[in-house]
Amino acid sequence: MRSRLPFLIGGLTLATMQIALAQSPSISAPKSIQAGDAFTVQTTGSGKAALFIIGPGQVLKRDVQLGEAASFAAGSLYNAGRYLVVLTMESSTESDFLDVLPASKPAELSFLAKPSRLPVGLHEGITGAVYVFDAYRNLIVVPMPVSFELSPPSGTAQKRTVETHDGAAWTGMDSTAQQGADRFLARVGDVSSTRVVAQVPGDPCGLKMSARQLGQQLELATDPVRDCNGNAVPDGTIVTFTENYRGGQSTVDVPLKRGIAAVEMPVHSGATISVASGVVMGNQIGWEK
Amino acid sequence: MLKPFLLLSALAVCASMFAAAQATLRVEPSNLKGPRPLQDQTRAAAIRDYLKSWQSFRAAFDQNRPELLDADFVGTARDKLAETIQQQAAAGIHTKYEDRAHDLQIAFYSPEGSSIELTDKVDYDVQVLDHDKVTTTRQVSARYIVVLTPAEVRWRVRVFQAVPE
Repeated sequence: MRSRLPFLIGGLTLATMQIALAQSPSISAPKSIQAGDAFTVQTTGSGKAALFIIGPGQVLKRDVQLGEAASFAAGSLYNAGRYLVVLTMESSTESDFLDVLPASKPAELSFLAKPSRLPVGLHEGITGAVYVFDAYRNLIVVPMPVSFELSPPSGTAQKRTVETHDGAAWTGMDSTAQQGADRFLARVGDVSSTRVVAQVPGDPCGLKMSARQLGQQLELATDPVRDCNGNAVPDGTIVTFTENYRGGQSTVDVPLKRGIAAVEMPVHSGATISVASGVVMGNQIGWEK
Repeated sequence: MLKPFLLLSALAVCASMFAAAQATLRVEPSNLKGPRPLQDQTRAAAIRDYLKSWQSFRAAFDQNRPELLDADFVGTARDKLAETIQQQAAAGIHTKYEDRAHDLQIAFYSPEGSSIELTDKVDYDVQVLDHDKVTTTRQVSARYIVVLTPAEVRWRVRVFQAVPE
């Protein structure tokens, strides 16, 4: 009889602890969910309590009956981040963590292409950077392939595929040989974003003038001014004619009109006439009466 | 050799000025994915402004005042945090966030210089107060992805998001 007593006491203690445990409130939240997914927080115990989901991204509050599951409908919790799940009763509090992950489907691209205007034929002259977001404006941090495509008005498009790292990806593209408006597109899955990059002619190339005498004047005119890819340099571009002669120098700046710069300068025997546009030098003519 | 030390010292001073008194700061070497080099001055400014944003974040959430975010947060980050503050005010609570340690690394500097992405393995305490009664206090470790964009005279936080490690 005496030897059974410790077993009895032990058994009673264990039973009491089990009852106490069964009645003590607790919560069980999923370790993680995707943004916008429905989820359930399981509670134990009895009585009423308030359930909070708390994080920098969102705060939700729900009155719950302990022992029942608190269900949150799809779209309730949608901002990615780490959340504290807090169950508050009159005299005690239970808490747990819940991670909300960005949704896996991209819905929005933040695409910045620079510059919006540049000369033709520049190696890696155009850059594009993207950040990939889900429908709730969460940055999607799992690696995703981003397709970049730069399409000139005619000719072959340049294509690159780059994987995102922590939601970001970038690429560099060459400006093409043809002037015009290029379409720069970034695409992730079904989502795309387009920017227009204007490619303008580069510096004049092979600048050449000719001269002929008209009475006491020398008529100077360039050939049609083009860049090294054959694109016409835009009207308004300044061409400088310089005449050096004994005892003096004359300089005239002339804007291109219809692709040509023309000017009349006084004739000086033994003069040397040169032409330039910006830093680009053209040919030189020596003039004898 | 001296340069990184000076940078870290300067950042430590910034940390002591702007972050919580006890917060420690570690800056990992940059792991840049972009083509653009990041100057030391730019890096220091971005980190200084990011740490300053934690100060605004703490104050705004403690006092339930979204306008305190305006100096340091912009766009999506500002909108989401402000909405959260309104939600916690409606729920009758406020929260005290106390950052204890930051482990930062610059991850991306966009080619045109208009955004910097950094990661921050941050340890912080969060205290939930129902009116002024402390409901719970928990230690949290999280990896934050932060995107900063330049404003007139500072970098502002545009994306502020914890992700699983």
